[in-house]
Amino acid sequence: MAEPSAPSVQPPDRERRGGAAPQGWSEPSTSRYLWRSIKTPILAVVAALLVGALLIVFTDEDALGEWAGLFRDPLGALSASWSAISESYSALFTGAFGHPTEIASAIGSGDVDEVQASLAPISEMIVATTPLIFVGLSVAVGFRAGLFNIGGEGQMNLGAIVAAAAGFSFPSLPGPIHVALVILAGFVGGALWGAIPGFLKARTGAHEVITTIMLNFIAVSLVLYLLSTDFFRQQAEPIAKPVVARFPHLLGMDLRVHLGIVVALLVAAGVAWLLNRTTVGFEFRAVGANPDAARAAGMRPTAITVSAMTLSGGLAGLAGANQLLSVTPSLLPGFAAGLGFDGIAVALLAGARPGGVVAASFLFGALRAGGRSMQIATQTPIDIVVVIQALVIAFVAAPALVRTMFRMKEVRGEATAFAKGWGG
Amino acid sequence: MRLELRGITKRFPGVLANDHIDLTIEPGEVHALLGENGAGKTTLMNILFGLYHADEGEILLDGEPVTFDAPGDAIAAGLGMVHQHFMLVPVFTVTENVMLGKETAGRFGLLDRRRASFAVKEISGRFGFHIPPDAVVEDLPVGVQQRVEVVKALYREADVLILDEPTSVLTPQETEELFKVMYALTRDLGTSIIFITHKLKEVMAVADRITVLRRGRAVGSTTPKQTDHAELAAMMVGREVQLTVSKDRAQPGEPVLEIEDLEVHDDHGHAVVRGVSLHVRAGEIVCLAGVQGNGQTELVEAIMGLRPASAGTIRVRGSDITGASPQDVLQAGVGHIPEDRQQDGLVLDFSIADNYVLNTFDQPPFARWIVRDEDAVLRAAEEGATSFDVRTNSVRMPASTLSGGNQQKVIVAREFSRPIHLLVASQPTRGLDVGSIEYIHRRIVEKRDEGAAVLIVSVELDEVFALADRVAVMFDGEIVGVEPAETASREGIGLLMAGSREEAAGG
Repeated sequence: MAEPSAPSVQPPDRERRGGAAPQGWSEPSTSRYLWRSIKTPILAVVAALLVGALLIVFTDEDALGEWAGLFRDPLGALSASWSAISESYSALFTGAFGHPTEIASAIGSGDVDEVQASLAPISEMIVATTPLIFVGLSVAVGFRAGLFNIGGEGQMNLGAIVAAAAGFSFPSLPGPIHVALVILAGFVGGALWGAIPGFLKARTGAHEVITTIMLNFIAVSLVLYLLSTDFFRQQAEPIAKPVVARFPHLLGMDLRVHLGIVVALLVAAGVAWLLNRTTVGFEFRAVGANPDAARAAGMRPTAITVSAMTLSGGLAGLAGANQLLSVTPSLLPGFAAGLGFDGIAVALLAGARPGGVVAASFLFGALRAGGRSMQIATQTPIDIVVVIQALVIAFVAAPALVRTMFRMKEVRGEATAFAKGWGG
Repeated sequence: MRLELRGITKRFPGVLANDHIDLTIEPGEVHALLGENGAGKTTLMNILFGLYHADEGEILLDGEPVTFDAPGDAIAAGLGMVHQHFMLVPVFTVTENVMLGKETAGRFGLLDRRRASFAVKEISGRFGFHIPPDAVVEDLPVGVQQRVEVVKALYREADVLILDEPTSVLTPQETEELFKVMYALTRDLGTSIIFITHKLKEVMAVADRITVLRRGRAVGSTTPKQTDHAELAAMMVGREVQLTVSKDRAQPGEPVLEIEDLEVHDDHGHAVVRGVSLHVRAGEIVCLAGVQGNGQTELVEAIMGLRPASAGTIRVRGSDITGASPQDVLQAGVGHIPEDRQQDGLVLDFSIADNYVLNTFDQPPFARWIVRDEDAVLRAAEEGATSFDVRTNSVRMPASTLSGGNQQKVIVAREFSRPIHLLVASQPTRGLDVGSIEYIHRRIVEKRDEGAAVLIVSVELDEVFALADRVAVMFDGEIVGVEPAETASREGIGLLMAGSREEAAGG
């Protein structure tokens, strides 16, 4: 080590020597950085589709029949398997994105009805994607602040309760204002429900994994109770009065795709901005990465825990408002339908990055919408989609497995920080 | 069993943790391994126990070379280790913990608790442990838990027992008990004991032989009869590297930091800072010398607002900051170089630039309202990195890519970039190479000359004498002496650090 140069003088040799920087670690270019961060998730999806293909063969009667006669006709078994796989996956694809040729010819013909019909799969895919973006952002915000929010389901329900009340209580409000009010109500409901575990953790150290799970049960029961009150109930049904405000449809009344996706993308952009460009996000990330250093630097980890959980809950609440303003106009038992938990999968696949959340939501939305068409077209059970979804997460959570499968070298600093949420 | 370590060398990135260490443990002896934190004691024992692989060197048992790939191998060869943090399952009973890893099964593969329980009773009876075999471990006092660890090792028929800082969790009475046990083990069973510690008094009380480690090297081997506290202290903190920094006489001004009758408790509720009063004036460097674990850490945490004071006051420039939040303390113009830079000083995943503004990120020019100005951050960080000679390709790189010395320079640069009246630096050069040490020392002296008050906490006498205008010595939670640096002697300070107040006063 050379004599350190005088402080006021530019040191003569500011290079690698002495530093522990790994060889070849130059300033990361944007594209390289992007590839580095999406490599594992993409390969995880590929691996999951490969395993899914095996399952398709095992659930296909014809292919299984051919395999029974493997020694008589080995090629037959393979071709039957191949056709089962390719038919199922192409049905999955067209179920999510439509037939490219059909869309092209429809647009060429200029017939509005035809164009609408050809875009129906894409519309359904986007409808399935929209709530996933909200719940995915919710979990991602928690991850970045070192919190594992498993309470998306409950926060979504609470958001829906408040949003539903706002949605049927002011029927005479002008449409756009009413929509905005319902969205805000959804955020507030979820935020309050998220703030509770945040507060409990800050005050008592109670782990958010435990408290959010418990609050999920309470939220579901609360919905059931409220549906028995005259304020919420419509006539004698255990279904709440419908929300009057609606998201406008984007591509005509025949397609269900609605303004929610635009709101979701705006919110994702907002969350990305908050996390990466603001002091609030800086504190979230600092506390998530090293709470001790954050505290020593004058930040207040307990206060940040509360605000991160509040924001996380609010985002899950937006998913509730989104559903009420679009596909499920009334609060009813089982309203959240597991969406809150899908947020965990989305955020894990996304590496807790808002941009990744959008991409992962589209993937899962496509699997979901495509899976329905696949079941109708090929009798391949839609449960395959659930299995693929689970496999994606398993592969993302076990990057070593994917690395072994694709013979990748370990990248320094690739390890995810998600497990930290369990630390305490 | 005779255990020999020959030329053990272990390198970590940027650190030579063990540098050709030779160590021989004779059967039935208590061999003390003495050294400061970071001297390489734990690394050496982890190599011996199969947790790390040595880069060079060999281990011999009764003259036969052995290799341990995992702790299981070491245990099978007759080694037992009682870790500083116990490796016990808190919700298991004593018997279950003792059996763990060496379960005795009866017929049908069922656990034979009765036999293990009998063995626990037998072993603990032989040494007067009084451990109830069916008690759940988490209900037992810490001292008893430690005995469970000892029983565990004996149950596995350990010939060599490694005790890693065993007394750090014990009360004085429990420590006495432990020493009796150690004596009984070596006498009755011929067990060899490697006793790792940094407490001189204990070494003198129980050791047959003493090996002192310093900065990864075995700097000397001796026996309690041949040595004394002062010599051991000098060996521990070293004197072979003469650190010098040219500085003028201090021009002390008004008191900046005034601590009066401060009392602070540790996490276990013990008073570890007891009635400390200390003043640091503008333009002077006060070094707080002392062996690790005598309350210095808690004292600094109390100043920085990271730990509540249970009594007394802390004032900075006349205003009371006792019980203030860390943010308020920083705002009052206090700079902090934390003892553990990776734990408390940096967010390693963050870029160097973001670490550079870790405590000013929300102030202009780095942020307006809540919007961060990253260009301003990058510009300031570039400037700081240049003027503090931080060696990196880019301040956008994660702080984890820097060597220890450069990480520390980032922290120093950050603290010096704010207007500070008081600098509190804990072990500012621990683990750094000589070049970085000199550099950081020089910058600290410059800060003093600008009129800042500086409080340095250090266990290195070299550092203390290189920097201090006044030396305060902390022992057992109290300040046992304050002297101007020019009249203080290494021997005198060493004796005070070792807790021998009277001898020091006499000599």
